[in-house]
Amino acid sequence: MNDMVDVTVNGEPRAVARGATLLELLESLALDPRAVVVEHNRTIVRRPRLAAITVAPGDAIELVHFVGGG
Amino acid sequence: MTTAVETMQDIPFTIGGRSFHSRLMVGTGKYRDNDTMARAIDASGAEIVTVAVRRVDLDRTKEEGVLYHLDAKRYFLLANTAGCYTAEDAVRYARLAREAGFNEFIKLEVIGDQETLLPDVQGLLVAARTLVAEGFKVLAYTNEDLVTALRLEDAGCAAVMPLASPIGSGLGLLNPFGVRTIKRRLKVPVVVDAGVGTASDACLTMEQGVDGILMNTALAAARDPVAMARAMRWAVEAGRTAYLAGRMPKREVAMPSSPLEGMLD
Repeated sequence: MNDMVDVTVNGEPRAVARGATLLELLESLALDPRAVVVEHNRTIVRRPRLAAITVAPGDAIELVHFVGGG
Repeated sequence: MTTAVETMQDIPFTIGGRSFHSRLMVGTGKYRDNDTMARAIDASGAEIVTVAVRRVDLDRTKEEGVLYHLDAKRYFLLANTAGCYTAEDAVRYARLAREAGFNEFIKLEVIGDQETLLPDVQGLLVAARTLVAEGFKVLAYTNEDLVTALRLEDAGCAAVMPLASPIGSGLGLLNPFGVRTIKRRLKVPVVVDAGVGTASDACLTMEQGVDGILMNTALAAARDPVAMARAMRWAVEAGRTAYLAGRMPKREVAMPSSPLEGMLD
């Protein structure tokens, strides 16, 4: 019935459209796939695979990038 | 005897098969703004620039990231595993960094204590071995302990990075003997990382014969980061040149510089 699924993105609960791919998740967050690295349930997903993986309920997704540091 | 300094040739600064002109490496953290950071890094003459891996702030995805301000053609980006307290975390961050970045180099930090940010050398060795096996060029941040440095070299690290003093402390080179001993005993490059506070610290550190210095807070927290970056550039060059020139022996008594002969009666 529900057309949304609950996942965790960067440690925060978030509802995403059922059947959405990782690429669509990035688009919904206004993120450029070239500017972030996606870790899906502790596995790094390379850019060409982002459109092939569908988000499932309970998934843990980390979106990281480079920031200033020493 | 020809002793012209101009003719003195330094060996290239090579890490993991890549050669660089500058022996000063700089971080990108803690600057008051990105423009100051970019101008300071430019003034430092550094070619190797460190960055950290963190979660994207999903509420601020429109803002320009640090990479926007760093010319990828000019700078060699060196990702770190800062903030990691276990070997497992450090390996995870290193893998993410390699995916995000442009090279297989990683500045490996495994921190063991929150107050001092001193390294957990056991975790460091475990992470170093794992990452070397995965093809990373590991630059390992460590303390000034010779045996740990030797183990890191044995583990296949591309460089060993003993601290001058704790990260962000600005206390300068606390153990010149330890750092000098590591440099004397290791074959891989030795780059002092952390603790340098001002130009004299950088100069003194380079005079120990190490291959380079990595610093961040000394520039970012200076009243004028751009001017301090310039000073650090000169200090690193001065210290390196003085090391190559070979200092005079120290003596406990004076020796006149002017002739004793020809004095008036």
